[in-house]
Amino acid sequence: MNTAKKLSQTKLPEQKRFLRRLYVSTLIVLAFTGFGQMPIFKRYGISSIPGMGWSADFYTTHYIHYIGAIVLLALITYALTDFLVSGRKTSRLTIAAYVQIILLSGIVITGIFRVLKNLPDVVFSPAFTMFIDLAHLGLMIFYMVTALIFLLTGRKWLNPRLH
Amino acid sequence: MEKGLTRRSFLKSGLAAAGAAAAASVALPATVRGAGKNELATLIDIRKCIGCEACVEACREVNKKKYPEPVKPFPRMYPSSVKISDWSGKRDVTDRLTPYNWLFIQHATVTVDGNKKTFSFPRRCMHCQNPPCADLCPWGAARKLENGISVIDPDICLGGSKCRNVCPWKIPQRQTGVGLYLKLLPSLAGNGVMYKCDRCHERVARGELPACIEICPEKVQKIGPREDILKEAMDISRKIGGYIYGADENVGTNTIYISPVPFQELNRAIEKGDGKPHLKKVEDYMAHADTLAKAMLIAPFAGLAAAALRLANVSRRTKEDMK
Ligand code: SF4
Ligand code: SF4
Ligand code: SF4
Repeated sequence: MNTAKKLSQTKLPEQKRFLRRLYVSTLIVLAFTGFGQMPIFKRYGISSIPGMGWSADFYTTHYIHYIGAIVLLALITYALTDFLVSGRKTSRLTIAAYVQIILLSGIVITGIFRVLKNLPDVVFSPAFTMFIDLAHLGLMIFYMVTALIFLLTGRKWLNPRLH
Repeated sequence: MEKGLTRRSFLKSGLAAAGAAAAASVALPATVRGAGKNELATLIDIRKCIGCEACVEACREVNKKKYPEPVKPFPRMYPSSVKISDWSGKRDVTDRLTPYNWLFIQHATVTVDGNKKTFSFPRRCMHCQNPPCADLCPWGAARKLENGISVIDPDICLGGSKCRNVCPWKIPQRQTGVGLYLKLLPSLAGNGVMYKCDRCHERVARGELPACIEICPEKVQKIGPREDILKEAMDISRKIGGYIYGADENVGTNTIYISPVPFQELNRAIEKGDGKPHLKKVEDYMAHADTLAKAMLIAPFAGLAAAALRLANVSRRTKEDMK
């Protein structure tokens, strides 16, 4: 049995499921804490729901957002390496996957700039700062909308390669 | 003459900062630049202040044109629990920070050598070196200029008040009924514009002094490159056995106070509350962002290592199978 086949087989369903769950929950946490960077949770009463008081504390949501970003970055590199080395031999990316990957890359890149901007002694031009802020938010909204469409229409990220 | 802080040297550094600010205003391509070197700081020697409020008046005079002229009636807010902030009928309030008063005089009566003594000193935005207001503004309306001045753009600000919420001194003040939110979804998002001291950045860019510094009859304030200001503050503090505030607060601000009495004592003696900032010790508000940014650099390597480990495991098992 060749290594590629072996790799696809050893990708245990539980492991796959765990990674997918981790990815989805990380994105949900990132989306929630990301939206929480806008002053809306207090205004719209989310923070008055028992147990949700923390959601109006910008430092708490910011902290969680950064932790989420760390997990996401590790997950992305893991999945990318795994796919490039072994996965692509047995499956190919669908159009839906390309759309999601492009949006995700945009989110990650704008997020990196946002993190850089928050470092002491780093100053961006005003227009660029605004562009980064709005693009990060806009791309995430697009990501969520497309993810929902793909979920409802049953589109997956991978199709098996037929040899 | 005290070192390095003459009007001429200020003009020189002001012009250098103006050049840097002009370069920074080129929108694209955006660049990441170290800002530390060009930062201007002010020195406030509270021993000299007589509480005449000439600085307060000067600030109000030069900034009058920037003050909000709200449209009334204000849009109905949803949910109705959302509070509006209207200072337009209380423009003459000068004993606290408001959207129409970006500088006020704080008073503290303390005991020095057994005698009661009252100190007065100007309070306004500290112009943090790493300002949470600018770092955490979700729209890029609040931002720090290369010369260390932090400003809030009234054309972009939606008045959500996050900058005040995250500010260690709760400086920015809101006026409802003005700004961009009126053109978007006025009832559902935004609530006006936030206002605070912008260190007269247009005057500084022209090489002029901020109005409050220029007018002061007692020369309480000085402005200059941060390094020089800090050095002078240290020298004075050593000479008088005094105390410094702002050098390390929130890791460092561009406003350095000098006092002959500890700031804890002054903090106890001042009136504090809405629009009346404290003088407490302030830890690094953005420390988590700096630490976690470093962890973010490591995250991709962790992902890579985990993938490599899995691939190595599988390939080892394949080899074992083949034996
Ligand atoms: S800082 Fe100067 S102008 Fe302002 S109150 Fe004190 S003495 Fe007067
Ligand atoms: S004192 Fe507050 S408003 Fe001023 S720069 Fe610091 S965080 Fe911003
Ligand atoms: S620097 Fe300018 S805006 Fe700031 S308090 Fe002084 S006069 Fe007012």
